[in-house]
Amino acid sequence: MLNTLNQPLAKPRQPNMYRYDEFDAQFVNERVEQFAGQVARRLSGELTEDQFKPLRLMNGLYLQLHAYMLRIAVPYGTLSSRQMRKLAHLARTYDKGFGHFTTRTNLQFHWARLVDVPAMLRELASVEMHCIQTSGNCVRNVTADQFAGATDEEIEDPRPLCEIIRQWSSLHPEFVFLARKFKIAVGACEQDRAAMQWHDMAVQVVKNAEGRIGYLVMAGGGMGRTPYVAHVMNEFVEREDILAYLEAVLRVYNQDSRRDNIHKQRIKILINTIGPEEMRRRVAREFDELKRMGTLQLPKEELDRIAAYFKAPDFETGLSDEMPDAGPDFANWVKTNIHKHKAPGYAIATITLKTPGQIPGDASAAQMDAIADLMDQYSLGEVRVSHEQNLILPHVRKKDLPAIYAKLKELDFASPNAGLITDIIACPGLDYCDLANARSIPIAQKIAKRFEDLDRQHQIGELKIKISGCINACGHHHAGHIGILGVDKKGVEFYQLLLGGSGAEDSSIGTIMGPGFGEHEIADAVERVVNVYLAERKDGERFLDTYRRIGMEKFKAAAYQEAAAA
Amino acid sequence: MAHHNQGLQMLTANRLRDGDVLYRKGDGWALFLADGEVYRDQASADAALAAATTELVRNEFVAPYLFEVREVDGKIVPVKEREIIRAAGPTVHRHTGKQAGQVHA
Amino acid sequence: MTKLIKSGAYAQDVYARVADDAPLPEGPVLVSLARFQKERDTLLARNTAVGIKLQASENPELLGADVNHFALIALEFPKFRDGRAFSWARMLRTRLGYTGEIRAVGDFLYDQVNYQHRVGFDAWEVPDHFTIEMFNRALTEMTNVYQPSTDGRITIRQLRAAARKS
Repeated sequence: MLNTLNQPLAKPRQPNMYRYDEFDAQFVNERVEQFAGQVARRLSGELTEDQFKPLRLMNGLYLQLHAYMLRIAVPYGTLSSRQMRKLAHLARTYDKGFGHFTTRTNLQFHWARLVDVPAMLRELASVEMHCIQTSGNCVRNVTADQFAGATDEEIEDPRPLCEIIRQWSSLHPEFVFLARKFKIAVGACEQDRAAMQWHDMAVQVVKNAEGRIGYLVMAGGGMGRTPYVAHVMNEFVEREDILAYLEAVLRVYNQDSRRDNIHKQRIKILINTIGPEEMRRRVAREFDELKRMGTLQLPKEELDRIAAYFKAPDFETGLSDEMPDAGPDFANWVKTNIHKHKAPGYAIATITLKTPGQIPGDASAAQMDAIADLMDQYSLGEVRVSHEQNLILPHVRKKDLPAIYAKLKELDFASPNAGLITDIIACPGLDYCDLANARSIPIAQKIAKRFEDLDRQHQIGELKIKISGCINACGHHHAGHIGILGVDKKGVEFYQLLLGGSGAEDSSIGTIMGPGFGEHEIADAVERVVNVYLAERKDGERFLDTYRRIGMEKFKAAAYQEAAAA
Repeated sequence: MAHHNQGLQMLTANRLRDGDVLYRKGDGWALFLADGEVYRDQASADAALAAATTELVRNEFVAPYLFEVREVDGKIVPVKEREIIRAAGPTVHRHTGKQAGQVHA
Repeated sequence: MTKLIKSGAYAQDVYARVADDAPLPEGPVLVSLARFQKERDTLLARNTAVGIKLQASENPELLGADVNHFALIALEFPKFRDGRAFSWARMLRTRLGYTGEIRAVGDFLYDQVNYQHRVGFDAWEVPDHFTIEMFNRALTEMTNVYQPSTDGRITIRQLRAAARKS
């Protein structure tokens, strides 16, 4: 029997990642039955929709424009091949044959039926997956750098801490009815690939002056109507104290946040109202109390025990560290989509789900199955999901890259555009989402096609476009070098441009340029903006750097120039 | 929007069990907008919404609301883009949804 | 109509809920924070139990040193989405060392009872149709818990450690 690569079926590989023990398995199984009970009570009318809504949200189930949407957690963006095959199976069996990878590294199905969800959850539980707290006013999926455990840029793999936070926050009795959602990211590098500063709370693994590892904690970042970048809450929290510190932040938030205006209930609003200094003081008070109590102490043995699940795989030694020569197309792909791996002879390969004309972040069931085969054959059974809606094979041998690339071409996932202008982030938008004001996917497709030419893409260089269909900012438009926000102007879709945002370690909030552009003008406007950059840039500046140096004026004049002339 | 305003409305909701989009027709629901009832004055529109609201306790559908439509060349078309997409299906997956004749049942 | 569940069984509610401007009847009374602040000495001088009902926005630290004068502290859920009272209950039990009755009142769901129980509530004012069977089921839907809370329940981490030793 052959796999999708026309090779003999390889034994599925189990990557080094967290594995459920009987307690975890029982937990998700009981949670599924609990939700099945809630569904039954809703269908019978014992629960009204108003009462049921927060319960279904806390199991990842939204009611959207056409159907229910189910959001499946991918903790810290890590999936095994077995899990990927299950997602493909669910897409085929319960949905319309595809899934969407999101900006929080989760997977969404857009055509779920309420009555099917308990069965879907049981299937997910069988492969150690769930939808717990992927929505609702609670602690959401904990995300991390997609290169974790593979890059040499990190102090250590952040994912063991992510897993510890995941467990601590799951059905935390005090924090399941927060004022709003609460998103946590964990990083361990100077390079921020997890958009930490845009999160409600983020933990960065750091070393102090004595070389001891601890955690820098920041809080108060967030997108939406009023974007904010996070403030540092504590420069150095000792390892054993980290859960106590996180609980302290959440406690202050739960107690002190407003509850009277849904637009003012994220922690970013609280911190900016009382000021970061006062927030730190309140958190410190709770933290000191928790430390004295000692119940949340995280012993080294426990951190080590969880970290052992994620230990580096046995990499082959004696491999050549040279990149194979497999033609110009392959070389182009390597230029953008390969990142240095910590082990000689290995590479980190990014599969951009962004072929110009495709729906950003979408994969069909067939593509998912093929990627599962690639995972088993070439990546020790493992894949990562990034917040940029791409997939990453974290541990591939350089000598296997040409074969991987050839297969990705067959799958139409071989676009050599990671980080380039066509590597666009876009939310599902008005095509799917009940909250949206405008469609985002066609705009992403239009712009990607406009800039399809690879030479031009390389001439432009790093340029991150992020598109949201509404102010909820699921497309992260505030953090785009070029951000696009869909708005509704008298029933017609318009698109506002923002410039100068960043979600990396140099995080900044994009500035709105001015009035919106129509659906048929927006790609032209983006092109004029890019042309200004090309004309004005100096000394290897990225778009973002040129914007930061020269400001909005010239970009704005160019963007509106032809719109005015028309 | 004033020049669109013919004063025509329809009533929509989602079926509880599968989320499928419904259009009010008489005392019941149709699966396609073309089969739904058009209310030609505010009083009948309000009455339809009120009736549907009392029926929420049947736990068959959720979130009923009125939306504007207009008549274009004898065809009923929603005024807002959102309702056009909701009635037809995603513009980026034309082979799915009601535009492709798919219903959820 | 409502019933009182306390310590896992139906209980008689002996407290009279007294409006801010109504005269105080004989016997145990449940008053608002505003009323207590106005009539503290009168209320504490009576030879009968005083209960206080805190709104979701009212931090129990406002009770100051009086906290243990109350045999009952009722925490209001104005809308089930408002989860502040979970923190208030925890604060009462831990920081303030309160050992009296903490009662959940207002708009809350069956599905919140387990969380309330974990953070220190021990009484629930429930609608008429809410049975003891429902209450017990609410507490047992999830066998184990990941994180420590006010209830002192053994956590999954502790269970794992115990399993490893045996």
